[in-house]
Amino acid sequence: MKKEITFTLNKEKTIMEVDPQWTLLHLLREVLEMTGTKEGCGYGECGACTVIIDGEAVNSCLYPVMEVEGRSVMTIEGVALKDGSLDPIQQAFVDEGAVQCGFCIPGMIMSSKALLDKKDKPTEEEIKESIEGNLCRCTGYVKIVDAIKSVAGGR
Amino acid sequence: MKGYEYHKPSTVKEAIDLMGSLENAKFIAGGTDVMVLIRQKKLSPAHLISLRNISDLSFMETANGFFIGGGVTHSEIVGNEFIQKHYSALSDAAGNIGSKQIRNVATLCGNICNAAPSADSACPLLVLDAKVLIAGPDKEREIALDDFFLGPNRTALEKGEMVKGFHMPPFNENTGSTYIKHTRRAAMDLPILGIAARVTIKIGGSQIGCKDAFCTIDTISNILKHLEGEDLVCEDVRIAMGVVSPKPIRAKKAEAALLGKVVSEKLFEEIAEIAASEAQPRDSIRGEAWYRRDMIKVLTKRALLKSIDRVIRPDDLIHPDRLW
Repeated sequence: MKKEITFTLNKEKTIMEVDPQWTLLHLLREVLEMTGTKEGCGYGECGACTVIIDGEAVNSCLYPVMEVEGRSVMTIEGVALKDGSLDPIQQAFVDEGAVQCGFCIPGMIMSSKALLDKKDKPTEEEIKESIEGNLCRCTGYVKIVDAIKSVAGGR
Repeated sequence: MKGYEYHKPSTVKEAIDLMGSLENAKFIAGGTDVMVLIRQKKLSPAHLISLRNISDLSFMETANGFFIGGGVTHSEIVGNEFIQKHYSALSDAAGNIGSKQIRNVATLCGNICNAAPSADSACPLLVLDAKVLIAGPDKEREIALDDFFLGPNRTALEKGEMVKGFHMPPFNENTGSTYIKHTRRAAMDLPILGIAARVTIKIGGSQIGCKDAFCTIDTISNILKHLEGEDLVCEDVRIAMGVVSPKPIRAKKAEAALLGKVVSEKLFEEIAEIAASEAQPRDSIRGEAWYRRDMIKVLTKRALLKSIDRVIRPDDLIHPDRLW
């Protein structure tokens, strides 16, 4: 049985008919066709599906869609500005060459953005902690950490 | 796949009433376990009752000790300075569970009610003498956490009951507590072994004003040697071990052997031996029994030393990993 929910998606008020047993990830990818958010493991292990809900990074694959009601969701599609120019953290990933295959990157961006929105100058320890739930099998994390650091120092 | 209905009660009473009236219903808090089990088809509830929107569950307060509501997330615990200072072991554990994304939604109550032998927050709550506040259809009751665990994934919760929160008593200022999680990886790993300790020491003999005397970077072993003549007596002690038996347990013989004694590194070694003899670890994919038993000896001693370090040098909380 479908239910109607109202929430904020990338700063826009959204009303959707959803099936209560969907996850937020299912709504984003299969219904709204916003495929920037990736599905890796589906068990909350890899972080590819990370989105920001009310300022906190969460795994959308474990988030029941009914809980989104009244909350504010930000996905990778909502990070860049309307005119297409990149957010500083996105630009830093490009500049530092932190992207290889790219599958983990939307999750990495969301996790690090959640950190940077809260803290202007996080320590290296805090940076690593913020992305500990994001698996990357290509880069070895060094350039990703460098990219986040470059934004953290530049703000 | 047969679907489930999703319910969002806003009070504890509503949640319990729903649980009583619905067939095949399951409580869901953060959902980091329940959603995975459903996906793995190990669980197929007809109704999920969400506890996320109950304001009565999501608060913490200082009340004759400290109370943590069932719906409080691990991130909220890590961010709480009072817990960090007075209930350090719990802070240690909450900061090391899963990933940031998991900690932002996973609740303390969920970690405990799952009753996994490896539950990270169980050992700290055991050494902090936590009581579990349980709400049921007819009445509320409070039981010690030690009596709450019955075995793997089995708790003393009866049908229709839920955990409202945890209450920990106040401890005097000469108390330090620690949780050490032994893992292969630094993040996103279940423990091979978890050891928690809480020690209250009595500073006998001369008043050495020892709180500030040792803002050095000397090791706690050396400091204890310097303090040998000062008779640091162990007034109260708790040791808890995770992943060494079907449920998280206290090492009661080891505790009894330490109580009232003058603390020293050598004594801790003996205590750790006793603790290891109380455990019944088994072989699993994460570690073999003999290894676990050996590591109990190492980590119990380390946890006791670190707890005392936290009493003597409270600034350790500011530089938690300076020596450990």
